Amino acid sequence: MSGRWPDFARRWLVFVVFLGLWELVTRAVGNAYFPPPSRIASATLDTWFTATGMTDDILPSLGRMLAGWAIAVAIGVVLGVALGRSPVATDYVSPMFFFARAVPATLLVPVFLVAFGIGPKMEIVTVTFGAVWPVLLNTIDGSRSVDDVQAETVRAFRIPRAQWVFGVVLPTALPKIFAGMRLALSLAIILMVVSELMGGSSNGIGYRLVNAQGLFQFPQMWAWIVLVSVLGYVANLVLTAAERRALSWHPGFRAEADLLEA
Amino acid sequence: MRVALRRLAGLVVFLALWEAISRLGVLPSTVVPPASTVLARFFGLFADPKFVPDAVSTLLSWLIALAIAVGIAVPLGVLLGSVRWLRLVVSPVVEFLRPLPAVALIPLVILVLGSGAQTKIALAAFTSVWPVLFNTIYAVSEIDRQLLETARVFRTPPLRRLFLVVLPSIAPFTLTGVRLSAAISLVVLVTTEYLTLGTIGVGQFVYFWGTSAGKMDMVLAAVVFLGLVGYLVNLALLGVQRRWVGWAASGGAV
Repeated sequence: MSGRWPDFARRWLVFVVFLGLWELVTRAVGNAYFPPPSRIASATLDTWFTATGMTDDILPSLGRMLAGWAIAVAIGVVLGVALGRSPVATDYVSPMFFFARAVPATLLVPVFLVAFGIGPKMEIVTVTFGAVWPVLLNTIDGSRSVDDVQAETVRAFRIPRAQWVFGVVLPTALPKIFAGMRLALSLAIILMVVSELMGGSSNGIGYRLVNAQGLFQFPQMWAWIVLVSVLGYVANLVLTAAERRALSWHPGFRAEADLLEA
Repeated sequence: MRVALRRLAGLVVFLALWEAISRLGVLPSTVVPPASTVLARFFGLFADPKFVPDAVSTLLSWLIALAIAVGIAVPLGVLLGSVRWLRLVVSPVVEFLRPLPAVALIPLVILVLGSGAQTKIALAAFTSVWPVLFNTIYAVSEIDRQLLETARVFRTPPLRRLFLVVLPSIAPFTLTGVRLSAAISLVVLVTTEYLTLGTIGVGQFVYFWGTSAGKMDMVLAAVVFLGLVGYLVNLALLGVQRRWVGWAASGGAV
């Protein structure tokens, strides 16, 4: 592994060269659908940084995504720990879980629309439905992996239930839970955009995206696309950092080395 | 045996509960039609002259998109995995492109490529490239050094080395990537179909029955169909992994 600074510099150098090439190619080709990055950058001024762009579109979208994701994590972890420690109960419900996980959540948007109407409720439900499965299934898997000796020690010493769950089961399952949360977050971003594209929303990033398409404002449209990308990148960065902090003590945790950098 | 019985019992109880909730009006049957109705519609789908071409279009596009993704990602992954300087140069660009969700590109790609199957195939292939690419790059870095060095010592020709050492070693990880890609690309496919007016596909079928007709039994029947297909494809890929590349202890996560 090279030092931190050269590494950092190399990344940005490549990135700047990439942007330069992109600029040159798009300028040379002159296709309206693919505006040069400089025009996209200036379009961010009248998309992200307008008076209403932040408060009416970006923050509501972000809020719905995080709400849906947080609900999915809460349901997934609580249910997952309960089921992970009772294999018999898991047998009864597993066919539905594996089936539901395979369903593309976006297909249920019409049902959620009828059930919850147009608006944030339906969008949050869509995000939650899609994001809950990786957390739930990973938590079940993680909770199962508690060492038998540990489980029996806890039983022999009559350790209280809360201490068993918070002191033994959850810490053991944590690496798996984090992996599920990361997968769920990337799904949540997709579903946030999709629910706004499909659900007849009247604000939000997805709505602005279709709106720009309808008005043939391609630089603005690209600005929204780039924003979704940036959100995905930042969200993953934050969660990875949290994971590294929370799990540095864990014997089973191997910091996911940057695969590309090795 | 016991496990299978429990699973069956769980499924029966679930369907009975669903039926009861809908029949007793706990949830309005216009929103959640009874299980029996949905199942009847589901079996009716196979004789539905509109649904059959839709299903064929979706499944065929799925297959093509995955094939394209594998065709791009595996050679590229092997190349990036083996040539360090290339990996260092390319990785910032890859990191920049990867978080870009294909769904955000749907409106653009519909404009550029039109409403035909090429649009959804392109978007699904774009999504599918990343998991396969990352797993392949990772797998190349995990190949047993001794194997590689032995092959080199015996002066095994590069092509033979590729087919006898590299590809068998990376297959389990790459297959895991394909499995992840299959799930995500199906979401992208049906979403694109849903949003592309005048196209065919299960997504458009759901759009038609859900938004224009408000027939949730048809929507849920299509959901059951794709859920079942997705589940079986995942199972089949897991089976392939176990049967033919079982030499690896594990094929990566999830």
